[in-house]
Amino acid sequence: MIRLDVRPVPSLRMSVLSPLIALAVTVAAGGVLFLALGKDPVRVLSMFLVEPFHGVRALTELGLKCTPLILCALGLGLCFRSNVWNIGAEGQFLMGAIAGGGLALWVTTASVALSPWAFFPLVVTAGAAGGAAWAAIVALLRDRFNANEILVSLMLVYVADLFLSWLVFGPWKDPRGFNFPQTVQFAAATEIPRFVRGMRLHWGFAFALVAAVLMWLFMFRTHRGIQLQIGGPAPAAARYAGFSSRSAVWTTLLVSGGLAGVAGAFEVAGPMGQLTPHVASGYGFTAIIVAFVGRLHPLGAVLASVVLSAFVIGGQLAQSRVGLPASVSGVFQGILLLALLGCDTLIHHRLRLVRWTWRTAP
Amino acid sequence: MSEVALLVAATLAAGTPLAIAGLGLLLNERAGILNLGAEGMLLISAVAGFAAAFHGGSEWLGFAAGAAAGAAVAAVFGWLVVWLNTNQYATGLAVSLFGSGFSAFVGIDYVGRQLGEQRAHAVPILGELPFLGPALFRQHPMVYVAVALVGAASFFLYRTRAGLVLRAVGESPQSAHALGYGVRRIRLAAVVTGGALCGVAGAFLSVVYTPLWVEGMVAGRGWIALALTVFATWRPARILLGAYLFGGVTMLQLHLQAQGVELPSQFMAMLPYVATVVVLVLISRNPLWIRLNMPASLGKPFFPGA
Repeated sequence: MIRLDVRPVPSLRMSVLSPLIALAVTVAAGGVLFLALGKDPVRVLSMFLVEPFHGVRALTELGLKCTPLILCALGLGLCFRSNVWNIGAEGQFLMGAIAGGGLALWVTTASVALSPWAFFPLVVTAGAAGGAAWAAIVALLRDRFNANEILVSLMLVYVADLFLSWLVFGPWKDPRGFNFPQTVQFAAATEIPRFVRGMRLHWGFAFALVAAVLMWLFMFRTHRGIQLQIGGPAPAAARYAGFSSRSAVWTTLLVSGGLAGVAGAFEVAGPMGQLTPHVASGYGFTAIIVAFVGRLHPLGAVLASVVLSAFVIGGQLAQSRVGLPASVSGVFQGILLLALLGCDTLIHHRLRLVRWTWRTAP
Repeated sequence: MSEVALLVAATLAAGTPLAIAGLGLLLNERAGILNLGAEGMLLISAVAGFAAAFHGGSEWLGFAAGAAAGAAVAAVFGWLVVWLNTNQYATGLAVSLFGSGFSAFVGIDYVGRQLGEQRAHAVPILGELPFLGPALFRQHPMVYVAVALVGAASFFLYRTRAGLVLRAVGESPQSAHALGYGVRRIRLAAVVTGGALCGVAGAFLSVVYTPLWVEGMVAGRGWIALALTVFATWRPARILLGAYLFGGVTMLQLHLQAQGVELPSQFMAMLPYVATVVVLVLISRNPLWIRLNMPASLGKPFFPGA
């Protein structure tokens, strides 16, 4: 039988290999799944692993999906490292989308004369404020009332979703929209500037990459960043050093809420161009997986977002080409995270084959 | 009067899945394992239960399939967190994310399908009582099973040796290990049992309560059940109280809508979620009270060798 022995030092090699092994396990599981469904596994898997990277247009679409995932995962990585379990990025994303969309709606209906580049900082600010305000509720309840942030942040996702639904079914509904639950199409001035005409990839992608670099500097090159992270693995040491866990709760939640909010604002002012109930597309939840696959590291999040975006795009292709439900990408995401967590055991342990005897039985 | 009776009856029905799932999670947590995968387990068992009831034609088959599915998912979770010592928060989240994708994926063929006509249930004689009959005694048998399960769990935890060992594992796994108890085996057993209970709750939702399969139909009840264990300060009897409280909030919301109260339906639908937050805040306000009641090793990994 196989026994796990604790390694004297964590294996650096395994911490790099583990996500790759997990990815291989996920792909293998996917192949078996497609075979069982009677689909050609090679053809379907290539929709997930090859086609999203094939050609310039596909790559720009990939970058478009990466943008919200990177932004959400950056903040979540900071939270999780500080032992603050914010799992409501989806709700903060939605509130950012509502704030950014509301601003765009106001610019549209009031016909404010603005250039897209003047609007860009405004929409970023609005999104960040919306997301951070939503996360501030979690921080306040955790800090003042000791309420579990996992449950509060998650409950607020449902509340945000219903709030968006009320807005687009009610006061913000397009009066000439044939009663569809959506706002009017936003004016051209509110569109996030694009890199190239005809491609949907916008400057929010560059914003996300810059944010990743800044987050890396903050986490590993500033005193405050180190302070926050020590609270996670060693709360007693952090207290002894005089680092406040209360301020860690506030900082991490406001930063991650703000980033998720910006992601939401980019999504509505970028590819969507209006508010609809479909703004809630699960980026905030997928970002949890991105954060873990990226080892809670800002630059890891960028790499992991590419993989998860490919899964999302692959799911859409599999739906339109071979009639698989789009939720297949959710299955992939879940398997990937479970496999990764299992493989991470190999960082701290090594496998050893031992003869099974009663003594070694657990 | 009869309207109040119907409201009470609906409250009990709405609270039942929360009570069963909350009880399962309570058993997990009493052994020191926090299972954030509850939502995913409920979703997978809901689709499994619906499929079994649809093809097998019996709701009890649905409950059995739900329990088996819940236990199977919980076993994977348990193996990861108990034997491989993975982070309980992350693993539970992974199970929830996997569950929402997987249930949507396998359930696509069952969307819009109908189960056969539901039988009306009534307890003989008691069901004929005025007011009390329609309020309490014309429920699905599972509603009474939930109450019995809570009683059984109370008895198990506080009146049996095995229950004492389970609590010891949750309070101090090191001591239990030193006394010769197989901490990991006990924890895994608790996780699988909890998963089976969550499975019954999920099957109840899709087979009896709704009774339909829709993607994401659990709608956060797994998380609310997790909140219930905090609300109950990890005591079975209070799980029941909390579950009916939340069931009542859900029903009140629907009742007010039916009465034509001038409030958009979305705000009404927020009520159960907002109520969960409010209750969490009220219960958790006193950190000492939580620390005294919470199983001391909750969420912490255990290494037998160390």
